[in-house]
Amino acid sequence: MAVMLHILLALVLSPLLLGIIARVKALMAGRNGPPLIQPYLDLVKLLGKSSVYSNTTTWVFKAGPLGVLAGLVVALFLLPAGRVPALVSFPGDLFLFAYLLGLSRFCMVMAALDTGSAFEGMGASREAALAALAEPALMVGLLVFVQRSGSLSLTSMFGVAASAPAGQSTPMIVLVAAALFILLLVENARIPVDDPNTHLELTMIHEVMILDHSGPDLGFLLYAQALKLWVTAGLFANVLCLGDLAGTHGSAAGSDLAGLTGLGLHVAGILIVALAVGLVESCMARLRLNRLPQILASAGALSTLALLLLWR
Amino acid sequence: MIRALEMKPGTPVPQAEIPALDQEEFGEAMLALAAQDCRIAALFAAPHPLADPAGRLRIWAVMADDAAGTVWVLRSRAIKGQFHSLTSLLPQLHLFEREIAEEWGVLPEGHPWLKPVRFPPPVPGRASVFGPKNEAVGHMDFFRATGSQAHEVAVGPVHAGVIEPGHFRFQCHGEDVLHLEISLGYQHRGVERALPGFPGPRTLALMETLAGDTTMGHGLAYCRAMESLSGTTPCPEAEILRLVMLELERLANHTGDLGALAGDVGFLPTLSFCGRLRGDFLNLSALVCGSRFGRGMVRPGGVGFGLDRERTALLRERLQATLADVEGAIQVLWDSGTSMRRFHDTGVLSREDATALGLVGPAARASGLERDVRHDFPRGWYEHLRFPIPTRDEGDVFARATVRHLEIRQSVNLILNALSALDPDLASDPARLAPRTAASPPLLARDALTVSLEEGWRGEICHVCLTGPDGSIGRYKVVDPSFHNWFGLALALRKGQISDFPLCNKSFNLSYCGHDL
Repeated sequence: MAVMLHILLALVLSPLLLGIIARVKALMAGRNGPPLIQPYLDLVKLLGKSSVYSNTTTWVFKAGPLGVLAGLVVALFLLPAGRVPALVSFPGDLFLFAYLLGLSRFCMVMAALDTGSAFEGMGASREAALAALAEPALMVGLLVFVQRSGSLSLTSMFGVAASAPAGQSTPMIVLVAAALFILLLVENARIPVDDPNTHLELTMIHEVMILDHSGPDLGFLLYAQALKLWVTAGLFANVLCLGDLAGTHGSAAGSDLAGLTGLGLHVAGILIVALAVGLVESCMARLRLNRLPQILASAGALSTLALLLLWR
Repeated sequence: MIRALEMKPGTPVPQAEIPALDQEEFGEAMLALAAQDCRIAALFAAPHPLADPAGRLRIWAVMADDAAGTVWVLRSRAIKGQFHSLTSLLPQLHLFEREIAEEWGVLPEGHPWLKPVRFPPPVPGRASVFGPKNEAVGHMDFFRATGSQAHEVAVGPVHAGVIEPGHFRFQCHGEDVLHLEISLGYQHRGVERALPGFPGPRTLALMETLAGDTTMGHGLAYCRAMESLSGTTPCPEAEILRLVMLELERLANHTGDLGALAGDVGFLPTLSFCGRLRGDFLNLSALVCGSRFGRGMVRPGGVGFGLDRERTALLRERLQATLADVEGAIQVLWDSGTSMRRFHDTGVLSREDATALGLVGPAARASGLERDVRHDFPRGWYEHLRFPIPTRDEGDVFARATVRHLEIRQSVNLILNALSALDPDLASDPARLAPRTAASPPLLARDALTVSLEEGWRGEICHVCLTGPDGSIGRYKVVDPSFHNWFGLALALRKGQISDFPLCNKSFNLSYCGHDL
């Protein structure tokens, strides 16, 4: 039951994360800002419209939003929430998880390239360049947990139960969590990597790739963006073992109550991540584009350091 | 001995006193003046005689000598069909010569970069030097980088933000910009063609809306030209109020620019603060004259609105309070390491390039050029004030932002200084402030020329007025600072990152309609 609840919560609540970020930014700037449910209203509005297609686009462009969203929904199925296991899990599912994110990105980039626009080509090239640096950092970070738990499945990788004495692994967890937070900002095109609110098309990465999408297609992409934020923030919460805080004391793994409390903490963790993203965006400027490899390299370094600590 | 007339801006001179030079002499005189560190303030053609638009043309030039505080005026003998281009020797002329070629259908022989400027409709009776194909704005041969690694990005004229239309063509190698070509003209309204004739109330309205954010700058330049030609001198109180309004315009725009610069790097605190504070400065303009942009404030012979004791005190108090807030908002920006990393070394324009292009305003001062009309050619109440010109040497976005910050402080000081000399009793007497109403335009000197220079917030505004034998305006030339500076932006982008373009663009913040006229 808790498994299905987790999937349901993710599907329903993920647009709320975008609303929280917008609200935090507005409050920090002294404005009231849009209502928290604004992303839902946007989605309803977009789904009620019809899409407009340029003559230069092909089926690739139309398939793009579906592919992006599908990749993320399936990735969500592979993601555990604290003690609550993933809907689907098998040894090696972490690779599928990583490559579903990659597939989603691939669809996005292909749809952007399909428009033949110079802007979208630039955005696609930037996205691909960042991805090439972000993926190794993510894999190394996950490798830390593989090594620690001896499991190749996301569901059994995380959590205190999977580890040796808890105190010893704290530095590693902190390092990987820091790396993952950077990756979360990169993956979700937030400041300091990208500016989701800018109108300056020459500086954009993610936003410029969706310039030509409209109507339900744009709605799909907006929803996919929210879901991606949920999935990456969920991974972050798992790394911090937030869902475990409730159930560490002797309760059986299958206990529904402990599972539900854990899920609640997990979701709260995700909402706090949205809050943190909003705070980061309120007090930081964007980095220069050619500096982005450095921040990704630092994420990679943090992950690697965690791995070295483990092997020590 | 340079065959040109040296004069003070604001003094009318009979056109007959300006020596008429043939092509070679004209070129020699221009180069000799340029060798003495004079820079171009205006270069334009006017028919001879002025009343005959299809007649032969004379080329007129105004060179500014910043050190001496004078301008040199030159004119050529009547030319037919073509004239010698000086652009390859004096690059700052390049756009002026293109403008003459486009407006009057005469060919600048040897111009290395002859392209349209504004794509105006053809003048009846004059052929276009570009042939018949230039019908739509923006249709021209752009410079192209070729090769499998080069790619082209075209931006505009319709932009994602609410800004004016302009077309930008980038030749890129990956994220690096090899070359940027800027094509404007979408806002061309034919202002200069509408001006000849007797000046009336509409002329002033046209000047105030020439570039909406420079209402005071252009309005004042026009009024000074009219005053100069009609021999009127405004009272000191009116001059103080003009200074106050011109500086308030500068304050509002510089504050808005600093906020927008922060916004372009995604730094929200300063963006939000400065957006509000810009409004506070605009409201101070409204406090004086009822218009946030200063419309209707300045008029030939004086000002339209006075300032009583109560509002003077209020103005002073709110000005100081707003400055304190602005200082705080800008300090947040300076303290933000991530923002500063974006500002430093972005869009560098060297002092040599800035000099060669004849840049003006904060952009020139950020490249180390000490140019400020208020300092070099003081008029009105500026003659009574002494102040240094804030400059920086880096020539990057940071320098252009810093110069604006320093000018904000300076402007507030200038206003407070000027207000302390204001007698509130005299400053609230409408009859004294505006002896002549806009409905009864002044009588202008006949066959005369005057040059009017003002330091608008973007830089030097130059108006040149030639009157005909009946005392009407025969030719009125407007040079907005943007006309000098647009090419500076193009050069600043070279070897830069294409993603830094919006930031560079905002650091210059040039006017499209001021350029397009």
